[in-house]
Amino acid sequence: MSKRRATVNIEVCVACGVCANQCPREAISIYRGCYAEVDTDKCVGCGICEKACPANAIEVRDIEDMEAENGK
Amino acid sequence: MANKKKNWYDYLWIWSIIYFALGFFNIMFAWLGLIDFVLPLIFALAGGNKWFCNNMCGRGQLFWILGRKAKCSRKKPAPRWISSKWFRYGFMIFFLTMFGTMLFQTYQVFAGASGLKQVVKLFWTFKVPWQWAYSGGTFPEWMVQFGYGFYSLMLTSTLIGLIVMVLYRERTWCTFCPMGTMTQGICQLKAKGDSE
Ligand code: SF4
Ligand code: SF4
Ligand code: SF4
Repeated sequence: MSKRRATVNIEVCVACGVCANQCPREAISIYRGCYAEVDTDKCVGCGICEKACPANAIEVRDIEDMEAENGK
Repeated sequence: MANKKKNWYDYLWIWSIIYFALGFFNIMFAWLGLIDFVLPLIFALAGGNKWFCNNMCGRGQLFWILGRKAKCSRKKPAPRWISSKWFRYGFMIFFLTMFGTMLFQTYQVFAGASGLKQVVKLFWTFKVPWQWAYSGGTFPEWMVQFGYGFYSLMLTSTLIGLIVMVLYRERTWCTFCPMGTMTQGICQLKAKGDSE
């Protein structure tokens, strides 16, 4: 099974901090009151933050997919 | 969350209930709501962060407890437009305009141009008689008028928040809460200013 991680759409994020409060791994912090930032080393891709985010700003994605996209 | 250490500010949701209860009996307590107006701005202006929203907003906590713990939320993703920039800033401008109108009414009572109206106005439309919350005498009338106006604003925004909590996700209100929009806006300006 491939690894999954939370990703934040910072254009949509309202920096409310719900995700950071809910993350069981404390993998999320709010960068300077602007948007949520995920520490991908700590994140285990559980998706708790995704379901809590009121702005639909988080998506748990396959790391390989993300790398493939970025490598384009 | 369950095994995280609790801090005193994790219980501020209780404050947001007490606030409405106090205002029900004496409208002058509405003034205390100014704390929730000023604190987030201080955090944003002085600290460049949304620590208030992220950790100590009683209203946000209340929506979470009612929505998640008490299962009063459908937990459905809200439509995208609700958290879009134009709606967020539009709602903030609308809210501030209403706040300004309320201040003007307070001024009119202060200047003697109009009398004290002991009503709580919900959704900026429905007038609810609320005379029992003030029996006159102790405070200048303009202070009482401000109490009614501010309480109306707080109650209305909480009711809107509860409605979107039930319909969508627990803290959907936070995506378009004027305080949230304002503080994020300030933080973004500050962060931008520093990086240039
Ligand atoms: S819950 Fe969503 S909107 Fe709120 S800070 Fe996290 S990613 Fe941003
Ligand atoms: S997916 Fe799970 S571990 Fe990763 S940031 Fe979200 S809540 Fe935390
Ligand atoms: S967005 Fe508004 S309701 Fe939500 S945490 Fe911030 S101040 Fe409180």
